[in-house]
This record gives sequence, structure tokens and C-alpha cells, in this order.
Amino acid sequence: MRSFLTDFWHHARGSIRDLAPIILVIGTFQFLVFGQPMSGAISLVVGGVIVVLGLTFFIYGLELALFPIGETIAHALARKGSAAMVLIFAFLLGFGTTMAEPSLTAIAREASAVAASAGAIVDTDESRSRYVLGLRLTVAFSVGFALVLGVLRIIFAWSLPVMIISGYILVILVTAVAPDDIVGIAYDSGGVTTSTVTVPLVTALGIGLASSLRDRNPMTDGFGLIAFASLTPMVFVMIYGGVIQWI
Amino acid sequence: MDLILSAARIVIATAGDVLPIVLFIFGFYVLVIREPLPHLGRIATGLVFVVIGLGLFLVGLEQSLFPLGRLMAEQLTAPEFLGTNPVADAAAYSWQSFIWVYVFAVAIGFSTTIAEPALLAVAIKANEVSGGAISVWGLRVAVAIGAAFGVGLGCYRLVSGLPLHYFIMAGYVAVIIQTIWAPKLIIALAYDSGGVTTSTVTVPLITALGLGLAEALPGRNALLDGFGLVAFTCLFPIIAVLGYAQLSALRATLTRKRKSITDDPGKLRSLEEN
Repeated sequence: MRSFLTDFWHHARGSIRDLAPIILVIGTFQFLVFGQPMSGAISLVVGGVIVVLGLTFFIYGLELALFPIGETIAHALARKGSAAMVLIFAFLLGFGTTMAEPSLTAIAREASAVAASAGAIVDTDESRSRYVLGLRLTVAFSVGFALVLGVLRIIFAWSLPVMIISGYILVILVTAVAPDDIVGIAYDSGGVTTSTVTVPLVTALGIGLASSLRDRNPMTDGFGLIAFASLTPMVFVMIYGGVIQWI
Repeated sequence: MDLILSAARIVIATAGDVLPIVLFIFGFYVLVIREPLPHLGRIATGLVFVVIGLGLFLVGLEQSLFPLGRLMAEQLTAPEFLGTNPVADAAAYSWQSFIWVYVFAVAIGFSTTIAEPALLAVAIKANEVSGGAISVWGLRVAVAIGAAFGVGLGCYRLVSGLPLHYFIMAGYVAVIIQTIWAPKLIIALAYDSGGVTTSTVTVPLITALGLGLAEALPGRNALLDGFGLVAFTCLFPIIAVLGYAQLSALRATLTRKRKSITDDPGKLRSLEEN
């Protein structure tokens, strides 16, 4: 119990340090630029304490659960020696976590409003919710696809820079033909797909896989999965926007 | 009391978001791998911690920093603060009118990235895998500098109204050129650091900033032009991390060179004579 408390305090101190910059920025602006004292100081302090507690618990859970799960599964799958199983797992993990991602649902709703005001879809609730679902499925599929591609790269030791740079070129080419309205949404959807729970799992999966295969370096081969997951949604969402508009 | 209720609601909502992932993983383990999951008790405790932690984190942010951050984004772009009304009088503003917006954008981009749990997770892993060669703080600060620059530049783009893809393409060219000379060890991590920057803390605040700016400017559609800041925040950390690795490598080479010169007195003398 004693060691748990010291450990907890150690993590909590780290969390306080992590949050200090935001508090400093917001406080400075409040005083210097607006010349107002911080309003509702008590609720601010209470909120700050809750944030620190939350971050501390999360980091704790990260090391107890999320990292071990990702690595255990990667090792177990590598032991079984079935590449197909690893690929299926990677696809389902990417697809499932992205469908469950709340910030993607939020951005998809805004995107449906843009599409409706641009006249790409009919402005009714039904067609808009169909558009939202279509967009979420597109992004979820593209993240699943990205993880499959990334795992294949780890297994066959394909060059990451060549693949990512080809992806960039593809983004630029698709941008040239995609409808203007969709470009901003597509570019942003790359960033919002990788959430706080998904990132540790996916990172641990990549590193676990690279360290259980022979001749792979976890540093150069284990990282890179997130990079694919933030690149492919851009291409797929632009294509989705184009297809919706042209039909 | 309200606080406890809303805390409970957000923790339950977080559990709802995490549950499908957990069920899928356990299901996969039981049905496909067919082995008992080691350290089940520890993992279950850890998952409870993750859910409670993430839930409390969001409750606390909603309680304190998010409302203020959003309010500031609105105030900074309001006509009274700017001293002119760009929507009514298009000739009266230039990109310099928004100087405080850029300062705020850079500061908030940096500080939210430092607080981002997903980035912390990747930094911990990178530190572990590299055997300590990559420091947790070094990586986070490099990513945060990139994100700060990205948000600032993204705001400038919104004000200037230049097309989004010009900036993104220029960024891609920079990444490609840096990749050629960057130390091989860092490349994969650098590419990953783009995607992990934009998550729980960063997205809500910079989205509010983007929407506020787009509303304050003439001829902009908040829905359409408010997008794009997240993309900037994803791209520039890649450049910053690659640059950080290049600088470290360069410094190491220079130190080695200087050392070889001081170790060799003849070489040093000939340098002094010149």
C-alpha cells in the first residue's frame, strides 16, 4: 500500500507538471490581454485537481493494461505463426476502434452540414444521417486498411519512407480531382481517428510484433502504424466525397 | 452535486466508448488465440483505471480549462477586441489585426500538446524501446513545438484565405527532403508523432479557435473554413521531430570533429595559424 501511494504521488507530480503549461497560458491571457481576474476560481481549482487525478489514473492503467494487452496479443499471434490471423486482428482493431470514436462522429456531423449546404446531398435528416454513417464507415475501413498495410510492412520489412511518401503523392493527386468542400474535412479526419485508447494499443501491437519477429528492430520497424492510420483516411474521405457528388 | 452527477455521466460514457474495444480484444483472445490471458487481474484493474482516469480527465477539463479556452477563442476574435469589425468593413483589417490570435494559437498549441495523454504514451514507449536514447521530455517538447507552429500557421492561413492544400503540400515536400538526411532510427517515430498530437485535449480547443476565426472573418463559411487546423497540427510535429533528430546528429558530429582536432596538436596549430 505504501509503495502504491508513493508511486501514485510520483505519477501525480508528473501530471501536475504536464498540465502547468495550459494553466499558465490561459491564466496569462486572462490577466494580461483581457485584464480580467480568473472568473470562478474555485471551480477552476476543483477542475484542475480532477484533471490531475484523471491523468494519473490513466497513465497507471496504461502501464498496467493497455501496453501489456497490445504486446501480449502481438507475441501470442507471432507464436501461432499465422500472418492471416495478425492481419484480421489488425483490421478489426482499426475498424472497431474508429467506429467507436466519438470525435469522428462529431466531425462527420459537421461534414454532413457542409455537404448539405453545398448541395452535394439533399438537406433532410435522413440523407444527412446516411451521409454521416457512410463517412464513419469510410474512415473506419481506411484505418483498418491502414493497420493491415502497416502490419504487412512489419512482416515483410517494406520501406516505411517509400510507402508514406507514396501516400503523400496519392493525397496530392486525389486533392486535385476531389470536390473543394471535402478537402478540409478529409485532411482533418486523418488526425482525429487515433484516439487516446487506440494509440497505446496500436503502438504496443507494432512494437510487440517487431520484437517477436527475427531481424526486426522495434525502434525502426515497430513504430509507423499510427502514421498509416492518419494518412489513409485523407485519401478515402476525398474519394467518398467525390463519389457522393458525382452520383 | 452537479459536478458528481456530470462526473458519473462522463465516466459511464467513457466506459461505453472503451467497452467495445475491450470486448473485442477479450473475444479475440478467447476464440482465436485460445490461451488464458496472463495477469488477468492486473489487466482488469488497469482497464478500470484507464476508464476512470480518462473519464475524470474529461470531467476536469470540461469543468475548468475548456470553457475558458473556448471563451478566449471567442473573445480574441470578437470585433470589440480587434478594434475593427472585419465582417462589416472588409478594408479595415489586415492579417496583422489578429496578432493576439496567433500568439494564443501558438501558446495553446504548445501547452495542449504537452498535456496530451496519447503523446505521453508514445513517448514512454519510445524511451523504453530506444533504451533511453530518446528522452520522454525531449520528444514531447519537439512535438509540441511542431504543433504550436502548426496551429499558428493554420490560423494565419485562415485569416489570409490561402488554399489549405498549398501549405500541406509544402509541408510534405519538407518531410520528404528531411527524410533523406534524417537518422534512420527516428523516421518511424517521427511519422507516428503527427497522428498522436491531435487527441483529447488539443482537438476541442483548436477547433473552437478555428470556428471563432472563420466566423469573425468576412466571406468565410464557419463550417467550411473552420476545418484544416487539425491537419496543420498533425503535419508540423513530423517536421519538428525529424529536425530535432537532425540537430542532435549534427551536434554529435561536430563534437566528434572538434575532439579529433584538439586531440591532434599539429592540426590545432595549423588552424590557429590560419
